[in-house]
Amino acid sequence: MSAIAEGAALTTAVPARAARTRGSVMVALRRDLLLAARHRSEVLTALSFFVVVTSLFPLGIGPEPELLRRIGPGALWVAALLATLLGLPRLFASDHADGTLEQMSLSPRSFALQIAGKMAAHWLVCGLPLVLMSPLLGLQFGLDGESLGVLFVSLLIGTPLLSLIGAIGAALTLGVRGGGALLALIVLPLYIPALVFGSGAVEAQAAGVGVRAHLSILGAMLVLALCFATWATTAALRIAME
Amino acid sequence: MVGAVHPPPTARPLREINGPAPGGPNDATLHPMASPALLHATDLACSRGERLLFEGLDLALQAGEWLHVKGANGSGKTTLLRTLVGLSPADKGRIEWCGHDIRDNPESYRRDFAYLGHPAALKDDLTAVENLRVALEIDEVAVDEIALDAALQRMNLDDRRDLRARQLSAGQRRRLLLARLLVRPARLWVLDEPFAPLDAASVETLGGLLQAHLDRGGIGVITSHQSVPLPPSREIAL
Repeated sequence: MSAIAEGAALTTAVPARAARTRGSVMVALRRDLLLAARHRSEVLTALSFFVVVTSLFPLGIGPEPELLRRIGPGALWVAALLATLLGLPRLFASDHADGTLEQMSLSPRSFALQIAGKMAAHWLVCGLPLVLMSPLLGLQFGLDGESLGVLFVSLLIGTPLLSLIGAIGAALTLGVRGGGALLALIVLPLYIPALVFGSGAVEAQAAGVGVRAHLSILGAMLVLALCFATWATTAALRIAME
Repeated sequence: MVGAVHPPPTARPLREINGPAPGGPNDATLHPMASPALLHATDLACSRGERLLFEGLDLALQAGEWLHVKGANGSGKTTLLRTLVGLSPADKGRIEWCGHDIRDNPESYRRDFAYLGHPAALKDDLTAVENLRVALEIDEVAVDEIALDAALQRMNLDDRRDLRARQLSAGQRRRLLLARLLVRPARLWVLDEPFAPLDAASVETLGGLLQAHLDRGGIGVITSHQSVPLPPSREIAL
């Protein structure tokens, strides 16, 4: 109590601090996961949307195994894409509204790394559950075991890509009136390559032409997005905060 | 040190109210020539959208001084504070901290100040102590649980420690925000309306904190509509 009565010291030694504090990515990641745990309904919204939409296709089209098998990969991928889109407006909105984003940008830590942590948390919360659920939902479309495996892998590579691209759109539309619709208009066209190669991989597997090319291109896009998305998002956020 | 240099007709005139306040805590001990200014802004101009808020603003603060920024709503107080911490770029002018432009080494400048803005930067779903802990982690300050509890106690929030922030009143939220000043080391305090929702006892507490901060050679830049419990070293009206 005696130490605190005076308030905090004016300065602290930097090396000691570096040894005792966590990395910037981990700090943001842990904070967002804690918040997600307190707000489970938001997490479940994206997953429930994915489950419901993919279940509507077999119901609407009827029991035609051949047709369902044809549209299955595309339908699952489009549903995953829309489910990711659902959570994007909230990615930065609350942190922007309550001033946390300002504090993050004023921190001595790298702002970009903290934002990378937020993106990672967004994928863990909104993307990973879709990936884990996809083989089960693929069964509704009569996909065979190997196709389900490819679907799983393509979404495992594809959903982080969707989160990264989506974060750029979320940052660009931050604080804009009617930002949600604008966000969809910005982000959905950018999702097209991911959709083409992601669902294409599953179709290629079904057609027996090999999936390596599709998955490699998807992986290359993910690497590219990992390099540029954080930088672009950070720049957009700084503009939004000015 | 504070005031306008020939404000052009487009700008709102800046009125210098006083220099070091008579009877202020530091007017006798510090002389402009005696020690160099730690925070020094020259010929600062800021606008919001198309509207020019102020220009030709000079200010210099030495260790142990605090600046009271006054002005009507929308006159640019918050913009000045945001500019001083580097959140918004100035249209013109230069801001120096310890003799270096703040854009030269932003990381080291950011370790030296604590900025408490108008939005509370509190998460409704986290408890009081979690909010404090998260804020310290963002600021890259090692978290000391004993110091956290002591800070909450000092701000009279120890019985609210494990309540979610959404269950706190406006004054309690503000006190929780101010508790950060107790655990986060910073030479420069930039506080936007810190007294606004506080009760009389808390205003006294914050006044005491500010006095202790100044006595240790700290600096404050504070906006406030209310009367502040300790006399400002300098005032500026936008």
